Amino acid sequence: MSNAAGFPLLSLILFTPLVGVVLLLLTDRRQEDRIRWIANATAGAGFLVSLPLWFWYDTQDAGWQFVERLAWIPSIGAEYFLGVDGFSALLILLTTLMGVIGVLSSWTAITVRVKEYYVFLLALQTGMLGAFMALDFLLFFLFWEVMLVPMYFLIGIWGSDNRLYSAIKFFLFTLVGSVVMLLGILAVYFYNHSVTGVYTFDVTQFHQLNIPDGLQWWIFLAFFLGFAVKVPMFPFHTWLPDAHTDAPTAGSVILAAVLLKMGTYGFIRFSLPIVPEATAAFVPLVVGLSIIGIIYGALVAMAQKDWKRLVAYSSVSHMGMVMLGMFALTPVGITGSIVQQLNHGISTGALFLIVGIVYERRHTREIAEYGGLSKVMPVYATIFLVMTMSSIGLPTLNGFIGEVLILQGIFVVSKFWAFVAASGIVLGAAYMLWLYQRTMFGNVTNPKNEGLPDLSMREIWTFVPLLVLAVWIGLYPKPFLDRLETSVDNVMARVSSDYTPRLAAAGAQAGQREVPSGTAGAQAPVRGGTR
Amino acid sequence: MAALGFSPSDFYYLLPELILTAGALLLLLVNVIVPRRDDLLFGLSMGTLAVSTLVLLSFAGVDIVISRGLLAIDGFALFFKLIFLVSAGLTIMMSAPYLRVEGVRAGEYYFLILCATLGMMFMASGIDLITLFIGLETMAIAFYILAGYLKPSHRSNEAAVKYFLLGAFSLGILLYGMSIVYGMTGSTRLDEIAVALAAQDRSLVLSLGMILLAAGMGFKIAAVPFHMWAPDVYEGAPTPVTAFLSVGSKAASFAMLLRIFIEGLAALTPDWQVVFAFLAVVTMTVGNIAAITQSNMKRMLAYSSIAHAGYVLIGVVAATERGVVAALVYLWVYLFMQLGAFTVITMLRRRDVVGDELKDMSGLFARSPIAAVAMLLFMLSLGGIPPTAGFMGKVWIFGAAIDQGFIWLAVVGVVNSAISLYYYLRVVVFMFFREETTGSEITIGPALATALAVGVVGTILFGIYPQWLFDQAQNAAALFGSTASSAMLR
Repeated sequence: MSNAAGFPLLSLILFTPLVGVVLLLLTDRRQEDRIRWIANATAGAGFLVSLPLWFWYDTQDAGWQFVERLAWIPSIGAEYFLGVDGFSALLILLTTLMGVIGVLSSWTAITVRVKEYYVFLLALQTGMLGAFMALDFLLFFLFWEVMLVPMYFLIGIWGSDNRLYSAIKFFLFTLVGSVVMLLGILAVYFYNHSVTGVYTFDVTQFHQLNIPDGLQWWIFLAFFLGFAVKVPMFPFHTWLPDAHTDAPTAGSVILAAVLLKMGTYGFIRFSLPIVPEATAAFVPLVVGLSIIGIIYGALVAMAQKDWKRLVAYSSVSHMGMVMLGMFALTPVGITGSIVQQLNHGISTGALFLIVGIVYERRHTREIAEYGGLSKVMPVYATIFLVMTMSSIGLPTLNGFIGEVLILQGIFVVSKFWAFVAASGIVLGAAYMLWLYQRTMFGNVTNPKNEGLPDLSMREIWTFVPLLVLAVWIGLYPKPFLDRLETSVDNVMARVSSDYTPRLAAAGAQAGQREVPSGTAGAQAPVRGGTR
Repeated sequence: MAALGFSPSDFYYLLPELILTAGALLLLLVNVIVPRRDDLLFGLSMGTLAVSTLVLLSFAGVDIVISRGLLAIDGFALFFKLIFLVSAGLTIMMSAPYLRVEGVRAGEYYFLILCATLGMMFMASGIDLITLFIGLETMAIAFYILAGYLKPSHRSNEAAVKYFLLGAFSLGILLYGMSIVYGMTGSTRLDEIAVALAAQDRSLVLSLGMILLAAGMGFKIAAVPFHMWAPDVYEGAPTPVTAFLSVGSKAASFAMLLRIFIEGLAALTPDWQVVFAFLAVVTMTVGNIAAITQSNMKRMLAYSSIAHAGYVLIGVVAATERGVVAALVYLWVYLFMQLGAFTVITMLRRRDVVGDELKDMSGLFARSPIAAVAMLLFMLSLGGIPPTAGFMGKVWIFGAAIDQGFIWLAVVGVVNSAISLYYYLRVVVFMFFREETTGSEITIGPALATALAVGVVGTILFGIYPQWLFDQAQNAAALFGSTASSAMLR
């Protein structure tokens, strides 16, 4: 464990949005433009201070990096304990980037109660960042639940027609899952005490526990409920279409790009390494639900008349794919799962922005209301095309990399799963292309669409980073994969007892277990297959 | 004096109570000598509480038995007495503006508040069934009068009568339980009861005594199925009295309950664990489900307060030091969030608005952002959402249950706390999402502002940095019982 920055970098990233919150609170609510500038500046600063996580991250260090550790509640062993590995570092960067985009995209969309809006958006940012950084389970849970409140307000105040229902549904679904998860956390906490005699919520310590089988099962189920609601996995997904549809654009973008990743992050960070045997035992259940989610989400998406709801259901399908790759429990599958999490953030985030733009102009999300938009909004149509291709996994774009890794990862486990996943991809292509065809191609049939203005400079800038990332990951994913290597190794070492970390295999890491010859080569496809 | 078993040092350790008594009597005198000086009464009663608190704090770390084994001056008593004094202070701060709006003279009001506080303090210190009972009576009688203090209001009168009748009934049951236990053990002292019980086999009569005691205490903490009085009394009583009733009276009853069961009836632990586990489950569930349908804020908070008694009972069921700590922590944080919520309701009472209906919360954020944000905090805290004190309280409670293997109880608890968020968030919906407004402007006077600030600070501070509170509760629970049997605290 180390902190290469030499100063509390993670705390800086974590609390930058809160500084913005304080500044906003001190600003007069009528000065709306000043409020917007402050919010944008804060989000921008938040992204800038997080950049060292990319540049200073040491891909050869298998331990936790940028670690900060302070006593918090000593009597119960809770600590202010932050640290990242490659996985969480990438999610943090995604979060700060989406923060900028979310704030920027709200400039003209939000015209009422502007001050509160940005306060909640920035507070949400801190909650999300904290959850990705915390290595203390209680601290993690604190941030995890803190996120609910600002999101509840974002949907409830600035949402569309059915906002109150959607907001409370989002809140209660997630809450039920997470309070049960809390019991799982407490069970691990007391088990750890019974073994070591120390009260601690230290996740890195929990990663070394060998919990007996019966208890593992219960803990896995408790965690599962918390994380599966958030992902969301079928059949816990029903809050998602409502929340997404009714949330304001920035809310949907953040929800899709970051909040859903909380669930998958939770699985990889907590479920897999803390209860590995139970994880293995529950593979059939999780895989089964993931496959249902993939197919069901895609079919329901195809039947949607509401543009935003369609994208929401596509999330269910894509996140099913992410879970499938993860529960293949192979290094390639988990790597693919993580890459696909980033991809989903990029492409679905962009798709929600795209819906938001026409919604702001026309105040309707009915697909039938649109048609032939490529004639009046060519720039918009081009960006939409790229993002559609990214979403359906066209080679040279990011989605392809993730899908190939996932398919490769599960193919070695089960050809049937791989087949189902592949069919999910085909269905995904079908509903996305059909959506594109109905909204963009042909002639402008609805006179209301004739005068629609194309993207403004500000709107284009909300897409630029996402386009860059989509192409970058699509063409040259190596920097991303390098950062994930040790994270995936550490998880794999827990879920599979005969697994040899690749770093150890390369001999780069002193003190790791001895390498049986030949195993190092077995992992080569991860890199080879993605170039 | 020695023949009576009193020594001068006994009076020294009773100073906080003596100061309260003297202050209360002084209030009565002042009310007669210089009538219609409500501000003077307010100042005197606050001063009395402050001096009493200061003296009390000087007893930190003391652990002795005084008055020939009738009272214990220990960390446990100290912790609870602090809860009572702070909640009495906040109640009085709420009361001054409330009484002014209601157009009621303070008169004996503050005197009664101090009397109730005095009773509570003896409930926390008593280690003898008789002392505990007298403390309980002192508190209860003061509350009967306070509940009916708004003489022209039918609801207030109804509340007083209901509370009095059911209260008297429950005291009868409690007394019956006490007499059975006395009959079986030959003592009213908790430590002697514990020793006597440990030496004898369990009998049906003893079980009956235990159940009657549990039922009697169940009335006082408003546990289901002994909760029927609570919603009507909470709704009808003057708002500050309701607040005091739901925090002070509940905490005092829990102090008494913990003393009797964990100290006195330690030998019967497995038996009463079953009883309280059952009570905890039905109390949480019925309280929360009934709260969902309420449209009156005070009624809703009454049912929510019932549910919270259920959470605290989980700590009692755990019956370990950890469980006691959890109960203490929970009652302490409950003080801030519950009184805070009632402070906001008191604020909404204006000349032209009663202000205790849910719809009166409409658009509160637009009219008084500070009150609305504070109320948001209290609601989230009551629902157990971090980073508020309520969350830390719940973590402790559920932790204690899991530690002792009562996992099912913890599951019922967390599901309940999720249910409770539904109605707490309904308040938020009214405050933040609705625009319509009624009545005159909301003004926050200095007394209410102070009470609100204390509530907010307590709710946030103990949510983000609860270490101090945990230490205090730990000390309180560790000292607890060391003077008496102390046999059963594992």
